[in-house]
Formats: sequence, C-alpha cells, structure tokens
Amino acid sequence: MTSSAAVEVTGLRVRRRKRLVLRDVSCTIPQGSVTGLLGPSGCGKTTLMRSIVGVQIVESGSVTVLGSPVGNPGLRNRIGYATQNPAVYADLTVAENLRYFCSVLRAPRSDVARVIDEVGLAANASQLVSSLSGGELSRTSLAVALLGTPELLVLDEPTVGLDPLLRDELWTLFRTLASRGVTLLVSSHVMDEATRCSRLLLMRDGALLADDTPGSLLSTTGTDDLEQAFLSLVRAREAA
Amino acid sequence: MNTSILLATTARILNQFRHDRRTVALMVLMPSLLLVLLRFVFNSEAAFSRAAPALLAVFPFAIMFIVTSITTLRERTTATLERLMTMPIAKLDLLFGYALAFGVVALVQVLVAVGVSLSWLGLSIGGSVWLLVVIAGLDALLGTALGLFASAFARTEFQAVQFMPLFVMPQVLLCGLFSPRAEMTPVLEWLSNVMPLSYAVDALTAVTASSDITGELVKDLSIVAACGLLALVLGAVTLRRRTP
Repeated sequence: MTSSAAVEVTGLRVRRRKRLVLRDVSCTIPQGSVTGLLGPSGCGKTTLMRSIVGVQIVESGSVTVLGSPVGNPGLRNRIGYATQNPAVYADLTVAENLRYFCSVLRAPRSDVARVIDEVGLAANASQLVSSLSGGELSRTSLAVALLGTPELLVLDEPTVGLDPLLRDELWTLFRTLASRGVTLLVSSHVMDEATRCSRLLLMRDGALLADDTPGSLLSTTGTDDLEQAFLSLVRAREAA
Repeated sequence: MNTSILLATTARILNQFRHDRRTVALMVLMPSLLLVLLRFVFNSEAAFSRAAPALLAVFPFAIMFIVTSITTLRERTTATLERLMTMPIAKLDLLFGYALAFGVVALVQVLVAVGVSLSWLGLSIGGSVWLLVVIAGLDALLGTALGLFASAFARTEFQAVQFMPLFVMPQVLLCGLFSPRAEMTPVLEWLSNVMPLSYAVDALTAVTASSDITGELVKDLSIVAACGLLALVLGAVTLRRRTP
C-alpha cells in the first residue's frame, strides 16, 4: 500500500442478517481528501463506514486504516466517528457529553470549547441534549467526533436537516481539516453535496459504481451534473 | 484498564442521574417505603424483625437489578456504546464505571432503608449496624452486576423488564425468606445453594442475630462479592467491539 492512502479496502464482503450488504467492495481513500460516500438509503454506506471504523463483523476482505489493520487498538484515538443516529447522552448537557468523551479520548480539556465553537453550538453548551433540535443534536454528535486530533473522520450523514448556512459552514470546516492533512469520509444521500468533495465513492445495492474525482466522473460519463452521472452509471451497469 | 476513564464514566452516569431527580428519588426511597408497608402488614415488631433482614437484601437487589439492566440496555441500543467501542476505553472500564456509579446510589438506598428500619420500624439487631450496611450494599452491587450481565441478552427494554422474573424471582423464592433453606427438598436446596442471593440473606440474618464475625459470615460475604465480580466480568465478555 502507498503511504498516501488513509484507508484501503480490498474485496470487502459483509452479510447482515443473511443479506449480503457489501459485495466485494474495494476502494482507496487518499490521505487529506474529503471523500463523499454517496448513494440511496440502504445501499450499504453505513455498513462500509462501520467496517472502516472497526465495529462491523465482516465476512471476508480486508480493511487497512492509517497503515494498520482495522481493529488495531492503536487506531482508537486516531479515528473520529459520528454515527447516523446521534450518539450522545440525551440526559446530559452538550458540554457534559463532550467532557465525558474528552476524558475517554484523553484529549485536552480545551478541546471541549474548541469543538463547540467549530460546530456552532456555543449558545447551547449548557442545554440538555434532549431539548435540542434535530440539527443541533447531530451537530453535538459531530462535535464528539472532532475531539482530540483524529487523523481520519468518518461522518455518517452529518449535514442532514441543517439549514443551508450551517451546512456551508460545516463543509468549510471539513475542507479546513483536510488541508491540515485530516482525511474525511462523509456520507450523504443528497447528490448536491457531492460537488463539495474532492473524491467520490458512488454506491448502489452493496457495490461501488465509481471511485473517482467529481470532475473526471462528469467527463467519463459525458454528463454535466453528478445526479445525471450517477444515473448514467446505474443504467450502464444494468445494461451490462 | 484505566482508572481515570473508569472514574470519568462513573461521574458521567452520576451526572445523568442528577438530571433525572425522579429516578433518584424512586431508587433511594423505594426499599424504605416497601419496608414501612411490610411493617404494617405484619403489625408486630417481632415478626417484622424476623423478616426484615432478608428483605434488606432482597429489595435493593431487585431494584438495582432492574434499574441497571434498563440503563445499560439503553447504552447498548443507542449508538453511544458503538461510539465508545471505537474509542480507547476498555470494556471493564465501562462496566466497573457503571458498577461504581450504581454502587454509590445503592449505598445511599441501603443507608436510608437501614436507618428507617432501625429508628422507626423497630428492627433490632444484635450485630454491627455497619456490617449490616456493608452486606446490604454488597447485595445491591450484586443486583447491579447481574443487571449489567442480563442486559446483554435483551434486545428491547420490554425484554429487559421480563428478565426480572427470570433472574430475580427464583432467587427471592429460594433465598430462605419464605421457608428455611435447610428444610427444602434436595433439588430446591441445591438450587438455592447456587444462587448468590441466598448467601446475602444468610449473612444478613447472621448479623442481625449476633455480633460475632464467624467464618461462615466471611464465607457468605466472599461468595456474594465473587458472584458480583464474576457477573461483571461476564458482562464485559458479552460486550463486543464488533457487531453483526
């Protein structure tokens, strides 16, 4: 493997409750990229992300993250992961949640204020999580993933339900992090977010349709927007 | 294992309780209220004094079992456990963190129950009050540990509640509260011998009767503590970093 690959997935097969959810997925995520994982709901995005952070039992294939096989204990404070369902304690305040996860990661206490600021929750810091709106809730969960100095951020639909201004701010944050060398894998089922990524993984029905940059995806499919590119790839696959 | 992560977990759980005052009030007061009820059902101090020691073991045990199994199940079924499992926390840090937090609550619960029984309900004990508190506390911890373990086998909170009759009721029926263990048929006596609550009740009965710290008492306490520890370790084994 090359030193510039943050994640290398080879021939990954995952079965969940007898259903084959990932069928021989292989892909490489370059270090310092913002890679978008796009595809319809139920196509296996979350399962691929779970495999990369090492919480998914896989049937076969290998996943190498930051140079180590996935599941290596040394990786546990190098990966930030935000699940699709907000993974925070509803009966604690935003700041209390962050302080707890901060202690578990043994990150400096000052990180709490930093990440609250980064996700724009300064006004809600002492609010109980159960009283937050959906968007605030998912930003709290995202803030936990930003604690410490993760080298790989795996974010499952982090921008769902956010107002456009906040969504824009978060994408700016993602790009800033990437420019510092952090690798981001961000899933979405909304195609318009694809243009903001430096690389794209298009998924459908447990298989990758494309692993490319947005620009070359448009030129190889001869389309002028990514939604059309996705459709053309699906049709080409079905015709074959 | 890492002590600072363990203590952070304990502090986090106690903090969650702090935001849920109604649950804390129920947990702390419930055994005492049940003992008051029992006192008036018997309508005699002597009869109450005979049954109360066993119940000082049974009530905290049962309440801590149910509270713990529901709370940990909530952690397992929400994404927080999945998130923690991607972080550098040892499974035992998490479980001992839970046990310690619930242990603190259990201790308060037992202190109130023993205080109420001794001062208002006419419970008289021959041995040390503090030993009584220690045994009842250990027993509440046993309930906590079994609750942590049982939560591994429940997928929903509804199932977790159903584990209470499964894990707790047989122990209550066979612990010697309703009929002396030595007079049970051999099969039942054998069953009662493998249930940890029996030893907690034996120990409490011994402390109430006399102030001697006998070898038997130490043995009973060791068994209760060992079973609690075993349940915690088994609970850690049932936690999986990778799930299907």
